[in-house]
Amino acid sequence: MASDNVIQISDNEFESKVLQGDLPCLVDFWAPWCGPCKAIGPVIDELAAEFAGRVLIAKMNVDDNPATPGKYGIRAIPTLILFKNGDVVDQITGAVGKTQLTELINKAV
Amino acid sequence: MDKADYQLVIIGGGPAGLTAGLYAARARLNTVLVEKAALGGQVLITHWVDNYPGVVDGAAGYDLIETWTAHARRFGLETRSVNVVSLDLKDSIKILHLENGDRITARAVIICTGGSPGKLNVPGEKEFTGKGVSYCATCDGPFYKGREIAVVGGGNTAIQEAVHLTRFAAKVTVIHRREELRATKVVQEKAFADERIEFILNAEVEEILGGSDGVEGLRLRHRDGSASSLAVTGVFILIGVVPNNEILPRGALELDEYGFIITDTEMRTALPGVFAAGDIRSKNFRQIVTAAGEGATAELSAEHYLANMNEQ
Repeated sequence: MASDNVIQISDNEFESKVLQGDLPCLVDFWAPWCGPCKAIGPVIDELAAEFAGRVLIAKMNVDDNPATPGKYGIRAIPTLILFKNGDVVDQITGAVGKTQLTELINKAV
Repeated sequence: MDKADYQLVIIGGGPAGLTAGLYAARARLNTVLVEKAALGGQVLITHWVDNYPGVVDGAAGYDLIETWTAHARRFGLETRSVNVVSLDLKDSIKILHLENGDRITARAVIICTGGSPGKLNVPGEKEFTGKGVSYCATCDGPFYKGREIAVVGGGNTAIQEAVHLTRFAAKVTVIHRREELRATKVVQEKAFADERIEFILNAEVEEILGGSDGVEGLRLRHRDGSASSLAVTGVFILIGVVPNNEILPRGALELDEYGFIITDTEMRTALPGVFAAGDIRSKNFRQIVTAAGEGATAELSAEHYLANMNEQ
C-alpha cells in the first residue's frame, strides 16, 4: 500500500500527528493478518489522494502499536476513526465501500 | 432498440461474481462488475480455505481471492466501486440505480450479491458489535490473546474458526443449539481433539451481557428449560448466512421463504436476461467452489441470451 498521501503512524506519534494536528485525521487501524483490511487498502489510497490537503489519512498497525487501539477500545478491525481537534467525530468498523467512507470523512470537512 | 451502457453487468465481487467476470471478459462481452465494499466477498473474512481444488496446501482467504481478482483483470474485466440502491429488471434494458444518483444500463444482469453473516437478534448483540461481538474470527481473533471467548454455531465455519481461535484465546466455548454438530467430520475431529475447546450443546444464547468496556458474558437457555451464564469477553457469531437481497425489486423475482433467489439449473431467474449465482441463490450448500461453478454457468447462460437477442 504505497501511497504518498497515506502516512503510517505509531503510538508515539499519535498525540502530535492526530490529536494535535492541524487537519482532521482519519486513522485506519489495521494488521497484516486481516484480509478485509488489505482489501480496503486501494480505497483508502484513493481517498487520501482526493482529500489531500484537507484531511490527513493515516494507518496504524495494531500489532506494532497496542496502546492507541487499547485506549479507544478497538476489538475489531478494520476500524476507521475520524478525529477533529483531538476528539472522535465518528467511526466505522468493517470493510465498507468508498461511498460510506467518503460520507464519514465529510463529517469533518 | 435503445442502447445500453454495457452488454452485461455483474452485481457483487465475491467468488461467483469474479468467476462470471472472468468468463465475460474472456468472451469479450462489454461488461462491468460493480461491488459496494471490497472485492472478494465473504472469502475475505475466511481465515483459511482448505478445500478449494488445486490449492493443495490451502490458502488464507484473502490470498486466494486476490488471485481471482488478478485473474479476471488479466482479461481486462472492468470493476467499479459503487453502491447499487435499486434495480429495474423487467424491460429488455436493465437499469441499476446508484446511490450517487447515477445509473448503469445493461442488456443482461447477473446478481451475485451473496450473503452476510446471520445474526442472533438477541439483546446486547447490536450494542456490543465491535466491542466483543464479532462475525469475523480472522479479523478480530488476535484481540483475545489469553482471554476466554465463545463461538456460537455448529457448522463448518463455526467449528473451523473455533479451532483457529485457540491460537489466541485461553479457552473457546462452542455453543450450539442442537445435540450434534453439522460440521464435516474432519473438522469436528480436530475440534474434539483440542483441549482448549469446550462444548455446550442444546443451548441458545438469550442475551449478550456487558458494560462500558464491552462484552462480559452470555446468558444461555438450555433445552431442558434451565438457564445459565458464561463469563466471556468475546463472542463470535458464526451461524450461517442471510441473503443480501435489499436491492432486489419487490415481487419481480421468485424468492424462497428465506429470501434467496430461485433459479433453474442454468442460473436463469424468472425474468429474461436476469441471472443469479453464488450465495444469493436458493440452495442447500454454500461453498467457494459451488459459487465459482454457478458464476461460470450464469455467464455462459447470459452469453447465450445475448446472442439470441441479437438474432431477433
